[in-house]
Amino acid sequence: MIRMAAQRIALGCMLLVAASVLIFAGTQILPGDVAQSILGRSATPESLASLREELGLNKPAVQRYLDWLLAFLSGDLGTALSNGKDIGESVAGRLGNTLFLAGWAAAFSVPLAIFLGLLSVRYQDRTPDRMISGLSLASISLPEFFIGYLLIYFLAVKLQWFPSVATLNADMPLGEKLRTIALPVMVLTMVVLAHMMRMTRAAILNVMQSAYIETAELKGLTPFNVIRKHAFPNAIAPIVNVVMINLAYLVVGVVVVEVIFVYPGMGQYMVDHVSKRDVPVVQACGTIFAAVYIGLNLVADLVSIISNPRLRHPK
Amino acid sequence: MTLRRIPISALIGLILTGVSIFVAVFAPFLAPYSPAETVGDVWEPASDQFWLGTDNLGRDLLSRMIYGARITIFIAAAATALSFCVGAVAGFAAAVAGGLTDQAMSRSVDLLMSIPSLIFALVVLSVLPSTVLILILVMAVLDFTRVYRLARAVAVDVNVMDYVEAARLRGERLKWIVFREILPNALSTLVAELGLRFIFMVLFLSSLSFLGLGVQPPESDWGGMVKENKDGIIFGIPAALIPAAAISVLAISVNLVADWILRRTSDLKGGRS
Repeated sequence: MIRMAAQRIALGCMLLVAASVLIFAGTQILPGDVAQSILGRSATPESLASLREELGLNKPAVQRYLDWLLAFLSGDLGTALSNGKDIGESVAGRLGNTLFLAGWAAAFSVPLAIFLGLLSVRYQDRTPDRMISGLSLASISLPEFFIGYLLIYFLAVKLQWFPSVATLNADMPLGEKLRTIALPVMVLTMVVLAHMMRMTRAAILNVMQSAYIETAELKGLTPFNVIRKHAFPNAIAPIVNVVMINLAYLVVGVVVVEVIFVYPGMGQYMVDHVSKRDVPVVQACGTIFAAVYIGLNLVADLVSIISNPRLRHPK
Repeated sequence: MTLRRIPISALIGLILTGVSIFVAVFAPFLAPYSPAETVGDVWEPASDQFWLGTDNLGRDLLSRMIYGARITIFIAAAATALSFCVGAVAGFAAAVAGGLTDQAMSRSVDLLMSIPSLIFALVVLSVLPSTVLILILVMAVLDFTRVYRLARAVAVDVNVMDYVEAARLRGERLKWIVFREILPNALSTLVAELGLRFIFMVLFLSSLSFLGLGVQPPESDWGGMVKENKDGIIFGIPAALIPAAAISVLAISVNLVADWILRRTSDLKGGRS
């Protein structure tokens, strides 16, 4: 088991490095170069040359990548082209805000999804189950901004229960902060809930239909013991997996939601700088998002390795 | 295949999808005004003259919705078609070729999938201009990975069948095996996936346009129209909700149709729905 876990961690690290190469390469695929596309067609040769110098475009791409990676690993994310500020400083606060939002969304959506998943297994193929699967079909098809603006329109503008714009200050008390992020949290919850619920339902149904559950029932165990000793240990891995995959989705789904609610997080920061063609910021943010995403997927796999009874007690 | 055997949900889906495509194709005949022309005040409410009201620049919202349908559906359909052709052929080829080729292709796809699509699209669009062609290419490249995985999984199953073995033994080439043996047998599964990919493309394009990185003004798709009109929401003007609702309706109706096709094709294979 430890060997498998170590292998998976090593694979995750390799994936991370490869992903950073891909993100770096993604900004190099232009026929001209980055300096040209930033300054546009009317740029003078002098300003082009000085920007190329500043970006280090005169060096070969491999060396630029290695320089960038080493600086990135030592915590130096470089400076933004658009305003000359240090990227690391701007990112630090915003990453915290994004994790704050995603964390609260997870705190609501995960228990709710597991509860609803259990409910739809309990009432399988009856009205509650049908209602839940109908709702989940709808919520998979709805774009985040539709749910978001619908909530803003009715809850913030018409009823005035919540603020429509989620501006967050560091010195707000927690209660105030939670009221501010209530609407974004609701949107994120709805976005991941359906998927998480459907997969939880499938995972539990899959376990409950297996032969060993029937055997356990037939040998006269109480329903509680069937679940505690046989169903739960086998269902935990798929459920944790579902939760982790959705948390990873949450961290990415946050991009659109932050733009809807003008929330001061990483997503908004990245989108702003994509339209300014500020490549160093986009690279840094892209790498951080990818790292979080790969990291959460890695945790999901590790949990399923560790919690798998067949791997924990090898014959 | 009579009309009566289609379940009511799929029928609703088919009708709404049909209406959207009809509107997209015949946009110039249906739209009451030009989509670029300022015809009224800013954000006029719905009236006899402007059925859905006017937008942030006083253009007729209904006309823009009709033309927006065209752009949204065209880009999403083109990207889906491209990602499907590339993904399916690559997936089949990997499954048939096996060995090192399969490993190399599958690991590259794993890598591409390890970065969230939206994030990678943002990275690429920070240096590339958002033209229609580039949007289609970027969306197709990021999405073909999912088609590839499905196609490969199906093809691996088909590849071990006796008739494929027979074709191999009589010396057919890779091209024959992929297009004449595997493709016909994998098609039904792939067609069901087609709908889901199309929805994903519509939502993906809408998100990009909403973020201001998709279709660029003066052209506008539904996602872009949400962006144009979103500032009105705070003043209680629901103009942005209309294109957003249209995206949702299109996505749900295609989903209903895809769901029905999926159930039909899986029924044919012994009813494992």
